[in-house]
Amino acid sequence: MRVRIRYGVEGKVRFLSHRDVARVMERAIRRAAVPVAYTEGFSPRPKVQYGLALSTGYESDGEYIDIYLDPERQGVRDPREIALALTVCLPAGLEVLAAAEVPRQATSLQDSVESTQWRVLLDVTGGGAMGGLAQQVDELLASESYEIDIIRKGKPVSEDLRPLVHALRVTAPSGGGPAVLEAELGTKPRSIRPSELLGALGVSEPRLVRRTHQWTRRDGDRREPLALGDLSPRAEACAS
Amino acid sequence: MSASEPMFDRLEPLLARVQRPARYIGCEVGAVQPDWSKCEGPDGDRVVRWLLAYPDTYEIGQPNQGLQILFEILNERSDALAERTYAPWVDLEDEMRSAGLPLFSIDTHREASAFNLLAFNLSAELTYTNLLNMVDLAGVPVRSRDRGPEHPLVIAGGHCTYNPEPLADFLDAVVLGDGEEVVGEVTEVVGEWLAAGSRDRTELLRALCGVEGVYVPAAYEVTYDGDGADALVESVEACWETAPMPVPKRTLPDLAEWPYPQSQMVPLTEVVHDRLNVEVFRGCTRGCRFCQAGMITRPVRERPAEQVSAMVREGLARTGYDEVALTSLSSADFSGIAETVEEIVESDTEGRISVSLPSLRVDAFGVDIAAQVQKGRRTGLTFAPEAGTWRMRQVINKLIREEDLYGAVDSAYSQGWRRVKLYFLTGLPTETDEDTLGIARMAENCVTIGKRHMRNPSVTVSVGGFVPKPFTPFQWFGQNTEEELHRKIGLLRDALRRNRNVAFKWHDSRASVVEGMLSRGDRRLGSAIESAWRKGATFQEWSECFSLEMWQEALAEEGLRPEHYAYRHRTEDEVLPWEHLDAGLHKDFLWQDWTDALQEVGLPDCRWTPCYDCGACTGWGVEHVVASAVPPAGGSQGTGQDLDTGGLLPEVVAVPVEVRT
Repeated sequence: MRVRIRYGVEGKVRFLSHRDVARVMERAIRRAAVPVAYTEGFSPRPKVQYGLALSTGYESDGEYIDIYLDPERQGVRDPREIALALTVCLPAGLEVLAAAEVPRQATSLQDSVESTQWRVLLDVTGGGAMGGLAQQVDELLASESYEIDIIRKGKPVSEDLRPLVHALRVTAPSGGGPAVLEAELGTKPRSIRPSELLGALGVSEPRLVRRTHQWTRRDGDRREPLALGDLSPRAEACAS
Repeated sequence: MSASEPMFDRLEPLLARVQRPARYIGCEVGAVQPDWSKCEGPDGDRVVRWLLAYPDTYEIGQPNQGLQILFEILNERSDALAERTYAPWVDLEDEMRSAGLPLFSIDTHREASAFNLLAFNLSAELTYTNLLNMVDLAGVPVRSRDRGPEHPLVIAGGHCTYNPEPLADFLDAVVLGDGEEVVGEVTEVVGEWLAAGSRDRTELLRALCGVEGVYVPAAYEVTYDGDGADALVESVEACWETAPMPVPKRTLPDLAEWPYPQSQMVPLTEVVHDRLNVEVFRGCTRGCRFCQAGMITRPVRERPAEQVSAMVREGLARTGYDEVALTSLSSADFSGIAETVEEIVESDTEGRISVSLPSLRVDAFGVDIAAQVQKGRRTGLTFAPEAGTWRMRQVINKLIREEDLYGAVDSAYSQGWRRVKLYFLTGLPTETDEDTLGIARMAENCVTIGKRHMRNPSVTVSVGGFVPKPFTPFQWFGQNTEEELHRKIGLLRDALRRNRNVAFKWHDSRASVVEGMLSRGDRRLGSAIESAWRKGATFQEWSECFSLEMWQEALAEEGLRPEHYAYRHRTEDEVLPWEHLDAGLHKDFLWQDWTDALQEVGLPDCRWTPCYDCGACTGWGVEHVVASAVPPAGGSQGTGQDLDTGGLLPEVVAVPVEVRT
């Protein structure tokens, strides 16, 4: 049995690395007495599949893991109960938002997600700076290709940003407060990081970056691997 | 903004720019939450706020059990609360200094100035400059005499405080020995001072002198027999009536009454020793003469086996850890070790829990226990014979026979371990090149034994330069010079170079010089420490940050030299800088043990042989608390068995070693 968990990251815990979150999750699973399956071999690991990594420092409303349960072991199996048990065992800020069983053969999280959606708070001071940013966004959207220089595996490479920017919008603060940049970024053939997009727009230190959604596609429809509040025992949404 | 309000929002933008920001957020699972509402109540003004500090990174300091124990005990009290802080890494320190942010607590992220006490755990001499740096980051003058009533009291505990003299100018007070009880008494004294609304710091320090185990450096005057680089301490006089002479250490008579930490916190990011830790006993009477921990923590006080089992069981369930360490200075000596390990292994029906014994005894018994608990991949097993010849081991009183080691090694390789790691010291008293090279010979013999069981056994030899410590029989010994340690390491490297099965590792002998000076230094070193810190010599435990040059410059400026502090043999009548402190050991016992060492005379473990009156029990009304009257099975180390045969079996390769099963 494979149970998908959707969780959020908010507050101080946003400074955990992807590896840290994985370790925290595995310990929570053990403390919550979730009968997770283990891998074979000399040093068995809990069978937990992780979705796309979230950069250290970012918040999220849509992170996912798949937990494989061991049919032989006793314990909590109902997705709703797993969600409750995990919530108790996780630190404040890591919150289970939804849980459901998914078919064992369903495509892995990493492969099925095709785009991710972001909400970025920016400290943009003055109308001029705001106008400049809005203009850059327009130029990027109007261009056919938008080459940027990034570092991949320690090497500088040139990458076309344009096809990976599915949507991009910047809104001015109404009555003060930070500007809001919303973006949907493609993950195929490989992901572009929000920091790389922001770099291209000349933003070096956003106030806060939050992943709001991860999207899969089926029959032309955009869906989430698990919808918010979806605690049903079987989520058809991701049975792709 | 009030200092007692959280300041995380000001820290947040800085965290986005630094390496590994998770080490500054706290949020550990199971951590007790400090209750600031205590400060709002009718007696709120006398609630004593402790900021417990570890002068190294979170990764090193977070697992420290002493700090976690005091954190829980203080937060349980209605008249105290405690938070924790660690040294910010250099990148965050730079950010904090340029943003004007002070040292902060990681539990609720409050400024250091919101606390009444800044209490350091001092476990290593090379962290002294970090202590100064953290005091400075806290917005507190580094020298005690410059502090006012608005500043927190800067105090310290931990093993290094048995010679706090190099830090005497910077510490308001020092606590000697076990901290569980004394933190409560300090809280009461500070609470009364706060409630009285006093602004007089000296008045508080005078009152603290009355707490048993507390040493206030300002209450003592040290005179020297001159003012040159080689001046010696002439006398130490108490100048306040309340100041005891000597200052006694604190000793918990019964560990069973203190089952702490009760809720060991689980860090969210990677730290050293990231596992459940259960202390099985405190103190050690093996009597290894180089080992300060074994001397100053006497007598042996065991935790009842049932309590150990309960703490393991509950701790594993609560934390979700899959590893538990049974900690002490020599855990295989715990009376209930076999039963305890068996119980853990049996209750682990799914076979996922591993048990570690951080100090494995060098014999087949130790390996058998390791085999019982390490069911998964058997990669490496570590032993600490400490010296390469029986003669040398008699000098240091680490009475391991060659056959014990080779039996253990044979047993390890035959049971599937592929790598054996051996720890040694070099630069020991009376050490000759033959002794040093004995280390290489031992390593080679271990390879030969390993080859009986596998084609490519691996032996790792790790060598540290010996640094003499206060309150040990070797406190009178002149440490080997940096050049001499370097030469000896070179000898070993050359001797082992051609054996491709042996990997050789060594500690930086330059760091040993600085450690040696600080370990046995006097108050005059304080200005050199301050000067080294001002030059930027922080994180000196980290090889990428260590700088001998900064220390040399700092010493030269103060007219001090390592020859005097580190390399010089002391005489029996010399007044040692720490002599006004009492670790419970008679000075004449230590001197006798030193002369025994020079004559290569071993001293058995007093748990199972008659008392030799070291002073630890008799002077203090406490005794060894040991559940078993018989020595543990197997092994000769200090148990009084077969000591005279220790030198036999030198050519083990020629003799078939009995394989113990």
